[in-house]
Amino acid sequence: MPFIPHTEEDVKSMLAAIGAESIESLFDEIPAELRTEGLTKVPEGVSEMEISRIMSEHAERDSRALCFAGAGAYEHHIPAAVWEITTRGEFYSAYTPYQAEASQGTLQLLYEYQTMMASLTGMDISNASLYDGASALAEAVLMAIRANRKSKSKRILMPRTVHPQYRKVAHNICKGQGIIFEELDFDMEGGHIRADSLPKDPGDIAALVIPQPNYFGVLEDIDALTDWAHEHKALVIAIVNPTSLALLKAPGSWGEIGADITCGEGQPLGAPLSSGGPYFGFMACREKYVRQMPGRIIGRTVDLDGKEGFTLTLQAREQHIRRSKATSNICTNQGLLVTAATIYMAIVGPDGLTKVAQASHNNTESLVKKLESTGKTRRLFNRPVFHESVMLFDLPTDELMMEMTARKILPGVDISDDYPELGNVMLICATETKTDADLQTYADLVTKLSKKS
Amino acid sequence: MLIFEQSKSGRVNTAQQPANVNSETDIPSEFLRADKPVLPEVSEMQAVRHYTKLSTKNFSIDTHFYPLGSCTMKYNPRACNTLAMLPGFLNRHPDSPANMSQGFLACMYDLQEILKDVTGMKEVSLSPMAGAQGEFAGIAMIRAYHDASNGGKGDPERTEILVPDAAHGTNPATATMCNFKVREIPTNSDGDVDIEALKEAVGPHTAGIMLTNPSTLGVFERRIKEIADIVHKAGGLLYYDGANLNAILGKVKPGDMGFDVIHMNLHKTFSTPHGGGGPGAGPVGVSERLIPYLPVPMVTKVDDEYHVVTEKNNAQSIGRLSAFMGNSGVLLRAYIYARLLGCDGMHRVAEYATLNANYMMKQLEKAGFELAFPNRKATHEFIVTLKKQAKDLNVNAMDFAKRLLDYGFHAPTTYFPLLVPECFLIEPTETEAQDALDGFIEAMIAIQKEAETDAEKVKGAPYTLPVRRLDDVKAAKELDLTWTAE
Repeated sequence: MPFIPHTEEDVKSMLAAIGAESIESLFDEIPAELRTEGLTKVPEGVSEMEISRIMSEHAERDSRALCFAGAGAYEHHIPAAVWEITTRGEFYSAYTPYQAEASQGTLQLLYEYQTMMASLTGMDISNASLYDGASALAEAVLMAIRANRKSKSKRILMPRTVHPQYRKVAHNICKGQGIIFEELDFDMEGGHIRADSLPKDPGDIAALVIPQPNYFGVLEDIDALTDWAHEHKALVIAIVNPTSLALLKAPGSWGEIGADITCGEGQPLGAPLSSGGPYFGFMACREKYVRQMPGRIIGRTVDLDGKEGFTLTLQAREQHIRRSKATSNICTNQGLLVTAATIYMAIVGPDGLTKVAQASHNNTESLVKKLESTGKTRRLFNRPVFHESVMLFDLPTDELMMEMTARKILPGVDISDDYPELGNVMLICATETKTDADLQTYADLVTKLSKKS
Repeated sequence: MLIFEQSKSGRVNTAQQPANVNSETDIPSEFLRADKPVLPEVSEMQAVRHYTKLSTKNFSIDTHFYPLGSCTMKYNPRACNTLAMLPGFLNRHPDSPANMSQGFLACMYDLQEILKDVTGMKEVSLSPMAGAQGEFAGIAMIRAYHDASNGGKGDPERTEILVPDAAHGTNPATATMCNFKVREIPTNSDGDVDIEALKEAVGPHTAGIMLTNPSTLGVFERRIKEIADIVHKAGGLLYYDGANLNAILGKVKPGDMGFDVIHMNLHKTFSTPHGGGGPGAGPVGVSERLIPYLPVPMVTKVDDEYHVVTEKNNAQSIGRLSAFMGNSGVLLRAYIYARLLGCDGMHRVAEYATLNANYMMKQLEKAGFELAFPNRKATHEFIVTLKKQAKDLNVNAMDFAKRLLDYGFHAPTTYFPLLVPECFLIEPTETEAQDALDGFIEAMIAIQKEAETDAEKVKGAPYTLPVRRLDDVKAAKELDLTWTAE
């Protein structure tokens, strides 16, 4: 029997101990009319050898693609040691560290993670993860409403330069609580939110969301936006790419006093693309807001003998204590991905992360130039970017997508559905994993396809 | 020692970095960071050694019996991990169109079908990323259903979600997130929902009820059909919290009990790893009337080709709850596990989980421990109450839990459910052999003896772990959440 160790003799002796005739009789409290006839769609079990064959064939069908897509999920090199250690059974098969004495490995690692994230974001503290970037934004919005004591409103200013899926998720998760999202439109030339386009008298707003880089890869005018929000007593929710923070100004240093809450998608730190998950959301904030923060938080303390140790703290915020009055319903989140991220950051270090960020940015810039030299496409926005760019093509993007994917090349993400006013646009990204030859392959194909059409 | 304390400025792992990077950046200086972030500067070996050592400070399923009630800490088959991490799966970008995704989508479609079958629901969406998000999706669908009733005019009176007092904390927290009021329903002395109290509670304000069956008390709710009728007649819907699905897998389908929506915890029933606190996966299944509201994306099959269903195709959907398709890699592991088990393996899970729980319950009772529900059979879990030990010996459930760690067993769930004083919620799962169960029972007997003869010894436990009991008050009062250089 798969994964069941009982021998016939075990079963007999256990039933005898219970005083039951059969295993079946242990279910006799369940009304007979509820018992199922059996499963009809679940196939017969297969052996490990057979499922290996099946899964290898499935994986093979989707494999060996050349990926120039980013848009919230980035292909970075992950040092071999990261998942070797992460999938050690002691990390992989442990539960949430409620029994602190038996979970010091995970707890210390999470404390180290919190330190790394707080430093990267320039915030005072970090939690131990949320589900993903999109749901982290939703949680940040709910947190800002709770934390902003100077505002009575539930209005959130949300730029259209925030990832469209993130905006949808934030709306879907927050709408039950009466949160009002007011969209800010972007400048068609820069692809950014113009600080001078913001309302002079915006009324009572709880928070302004500022993405950096934004969905288009474009760098926002973070200092001016942050100061504008603070002038109007709104909190600033920064949404950032963690790789970029090796190069770019940390949200804690934006404007005069910095952002209040920072969140984002942690995937670039050691999580494979893996069809969109599991990734992890991160969240960091000013210390004064710590009691409004959702999710697990680890603290350093001492044991009975005065020895250093780590434990879950501030649990009075959480659902298992506060029930209907909790800061969030979040329980299980993304511990294993945080394990990978922590090991990733330890191995690449500050120097390595800077190189990854710079190499990815350089590759994208290089790809943009190669593509522009085909004469069939151009960069749409004139503002500086980080490692991602919107390209306007002469040929229809669906055609480009079809032709290139047929050759196992993913040319980017077609964002014309989400931004119909932009025309035939593709959001492209070339991380440090791409070679010059890869970039040239893309450019050559664009030339070839244009000739055809 | 922390990783930062092993750091030395200038130490780099060149083999793991991109080579020949032109560091002259074209990004204007106003956007650039001035300081170097506090990340460790250690060699690869130092990092490997540090985190390997840390791992050994954990209890885990792979190293210890872990009878944590309501968490289903069963063995996580290694093949599920190895095969979900094949390069073809790891390297697929989530925005890849269908023509680059048929292998992955086929697995997701098949998993949807398998989960439909085991739950008896009409349609399944895999996208919620954990049990709590599945709950959110379920309650959001109940809201959407009521909002669309009366020919689209809605039913604004339905403001209440009923939750038994034994429920997991996420249930009331979720109802609040969806802007419902929570009304608690008491439990009777046999562990069933108090039907009379339920009848009094339901009415035109009832949006739905959230139930776990078997309940968090480790017993099967026998009058579930009656409960379903009462709630349905009042116009409410039934939500099934799938936390305890392991107990009835392949034996009873929630759809047949009358539930309208269910979430599953694949990290419990389908043996995907708990990972030190996630990632989980919390797919939702629904009855006919809630199909239009299911969260996207889902996978559909047309003429042997798989496609992704989005908001565009499902206008009434409660929408997406993650940027992409939830915790896809977890879903792959669950799919592999389901295929390894097959249809016969499913009901065996419930059978042997139940056998193990009843065996432990009986042996502990014989050894003198008090059961919370001595007249009931255990499902896949059961509750021991240590209130006598707390009163007579001044040794409480937490003391027993900590002492168990010294004996090499992870503690059961303590102090949950809140209704039973000084409780241990014990769930052995089907993957443990009789020897492990006996070892735990012997440890409990030994600790009982210690409590009677040397209570202080038990109260001071643990002694053999990396740390002794931690000062939680200090942790909360003198917040130390990040390391700083001295």
